[in-house]
Amino acid sequence: MNENIKFVQGNEACVEGALFAGLDFFAGYPITPSTEIAELLSIRLPQRGGKFIQMEDEIASMCAIIGASLTGSKVMTATSGPGFSLMQEALGYAIMAEIPCVIVNVQRGGPSTGIPTRVSQGDVNQARWGTHGDHAIVAITASNHQDVFETTVEAFNISETYRTPVILLYDEVIGHMRERLIVPKEGEVPSVKRLKTSVREGVDYHPYLPREDGRLPMSDFGGVHRYNVTGLFHDMWGFPSDNPKVVHDLLRHLVDKIHNNVNQITKYKSYYLDDAECILISYGSAARSALHVVDYLRPRGEKIGLLELQTLWPFPHSLISEKCRKAKYVIVVEMNMGQILKEVRIAVEEPEKIFLANRIDGVFITPMDIRNIMRLIQGKGV
Amino acid sequence: MAIKDYLRERFFPHLWCSGCGHGIVLNSLLRALADLGMSKNEIVMVSGIGCSSRISGYVDFHTLHTIHGRALAFATGVKLSRPELNLLVPMGDGDALAIGGNHFIHAARRNIDLTAIVMNNRIYGMTGGQYSPLSGQGIMATTAPYSNIDYDFDTVELAKAAGATFVARSTTYHTQQMTKMFRQAILHEGFAMVEILSQCPTYFGRKNRAGSAIDMMESYKENTTPIGSKSKMENPDLIERGIFVQKEVPEYCNEYDKIIEKAMKGR
Amino acid sequence: MERCRMVFSGSGGQGIITAAVIFAEAAVLHENLNAVQSQAYGPEARGGATRSDIIISDTDINFPKVIQPNVLVCLTQEAYNKFYPILRPGGLLITDTRFVKIHKNVDAQQKELPLFRSVMDTIGKPIVLNICMLGAVISFTEIVKSQSIMKILASRIPSSFLDMNKKALDLGMELAAAHKT
Repeated sequence: MNENIKFVQGNEACVEGALFAGLDFFAGYPITPSTEIAELLSIRLPQRGGKFIQMEDEIASMCAIIGASLTGSKVMTATSGPGFSLMQEALGYAIMAEIPCVIVNVQRGGPSTGIPTRVSQGDVNQARWGTHGDHAIVAITASNHQDVFETTVEAFNISETYRTPVILLYDEVIGHMRERLIVPKEGEVPSVKRLKTSVREGVDYHPYLPREDGRLPMSDFGGVHRYNVTGLFHDMWGFPSDNPKVVHDLLRHLVDKIHNNVNQITKYKSYYLDDAECILISYGSAARSALHVVDYLRPRGEKIGLLELQTLWPFPHSLISEKCRKAKYVIVVEMNMGQILKEVRIAVEEPEKIFLANRIDGVFITPMDIRNIMRLIQGKGV
Repeated sequence: MAIKDYLRERFFPHLWCSGCGHGIVLNSLLRALADLGMSKNEIVMVSGIGCSSRISGYVDFHTLHTIHGRALAFATGVKLSRPELNLLVPMGDGDALAIGGNHFIHAARRNIDLTAIVMNNRIYGMTGGQYSPLSGQGIMATTAPYSNIDYDFDTVELAKAAGATFVARSTTYHTQQMTKMFRQAILHEGFAMVEILSQCPTYFGRKNRAGSAIDMMESYKENTTPIGSKSKMENPDLIERGIFVQKEVPEYCNEYDKIIEKAMKGR
Repeated sequence: MERCRMVFSGSGGQGIITAAVIFAEAAVLHENLNAVQSQAYGPEARGGATRSDIIISDTDINFPKVIQPNVLVCLTQEAYNKFYPILRPGGLLITDTRFVKIHKNVDAQQKELPLFRSVMDTIGKPIVLNICMLGAVISFTEIVKSQSIMKILASRIPSSFLDMNKKALDLGMELAAAHKT
């Protein structure tokens, strides 16, 4: 038996991915359906000298991981809707101060306490715009445990590369169901190390002056360079500034560093898109039902394909536009009231050919739900 | 090290109003650090939002100017990740005891080795003079135009009840006592809370006819007394100054090291 | 192989979910099959009818839930009443004689087994009822070998409890063998 084969929950696959990526520090507060992540890390992190702390709430958890990240640690927190709402202000701080960190949101039904033990994908737009002010954000997701592992590693890689918080938007079905995971050996999946400054002691270090490639080498708190970190607009030393040029340039930098790299950041999977007349666009656990439909109908002669998005933000508009150009109709499959549907409508040239197959009742969307929508579109009734 | 070496002088003059007590707190704090001979690279100062939080901009340490009320939570992350660093967390009334009250009691409860400094001016200065949880009944503020009906927290009692292992109080009038307290608080292994009564002549003073900064400082002299003094027994309204709690209790990061040891053995 | 869709049901505390996880894990780790296991969470999982879904297949499993199981196990009357209508016509229904009174006219291969009574008579510990049930399931379905189940148990429970669990597993297999037609 291969030692690296495991039969685990998605939440455990996420933990394995985070540890593979070099997680040093986790702070969190229990909330269904993400709690297993905290429980497992409370066991695993100290076994390798890492730190786990259960904070007094999700606000404190988000703040604690930012503090820890500044000392050079790779950091993560995990939560669900209500906790994710509480994290938004500190998430904005991490964006502004360019602190690498990973936030897992195992989505459940909302708004408010909603339906804690049931699935939803209702936080997609919250991930995009939950914190105030103009900003860019990276949010990624996955539909099976092998991909959960890899996207979790990828989240750390993106957060280090671009010095940005990255949101992992999983959902209750993925978090709780168990299936096979093969944990790769060290080196089999690339893991990005923190880029540290090479500026020597006594030489002026500019924590917020990007290199030519746009990256910002860091210096750990406690190291030889003392600088300021703030949520205010700040100059290249990290000190507050209300100089209009400083404000303008920083905001542009924060947005451009993500949006100019959409192609590098975007990950997706495609199934039978080349000749597809009907394209399903889906993500997360809903993509499993969509793929089930495709696998069922293809052998029966239907020209149907699936575009599974793994990167939700920044949204890959040009990818969608290109892939959907030849399709007769496109169905977005998601468990919300059309949050990605709106983006797809913006992306494609003929928005009238875009339809929504969704469920918002806490029940996992079934292949039959999707096929019923297809029948309606095709004029066959249900 | 001379205390000037701890400053980022290029940011002076500071933004505090003339007569504000916060500069006196900064002065005493830097003297305490100089007395202890601490090097700048081993100090991390974490602050929140408000007049008090701007202190972190003026000191040449690793400085983390965060969001309102959450300084202690950020500091907990820094400290647990790098326990060898010394964490100083200056806060105002709001940071420490309104929006940040929950983090205050929980940091105290954990006994994590941080030095929390509560600069109590009984008013929200940065936003223009609204009442705070330390204002107390009868105080006038821009949001208490008919006088305040909220009772105030006793910061010392709250810290004690939450489990802080070093609890002290002084005022901007008693700078030498304050410096000494800071020294002891920084050396204390565990959660240390020092409350400093610090005057805000601009808002608290004007709204409450408390006079000039000098008048307010003199009132600190007149209205406070050392812990357990005879005058306290004669006049229970006097506010006590001094060290209320100083005890040795296992510190959080040290305890976590033991968890790591246990977890590694169990493998 | 034909894809096997199973639902294990009973009440909280009967070890229904544990049995489902062990079964699916054995299929993945020791039979080189794919499996997906899921369960209902929340207040209803702490009392009332507990349910866990398992799908076993030699190909990829996308849709992870079971809508119409071809194997249904019910260890309480409440679970039976709630779930027997979803069984695929002609499917396998395993119930415990002590806890469940079945309707005779259901289109299913109905296996009423004295699991609880046999466990109490031969082992005396109700805690291994779920493993005895698992023995019956693996005997009827022939997807997972008993050695594979034992390997998973060995990795999950203290060695001092292994014998008792082995006995329970064998007991379930014997009971099933006696009811095979």
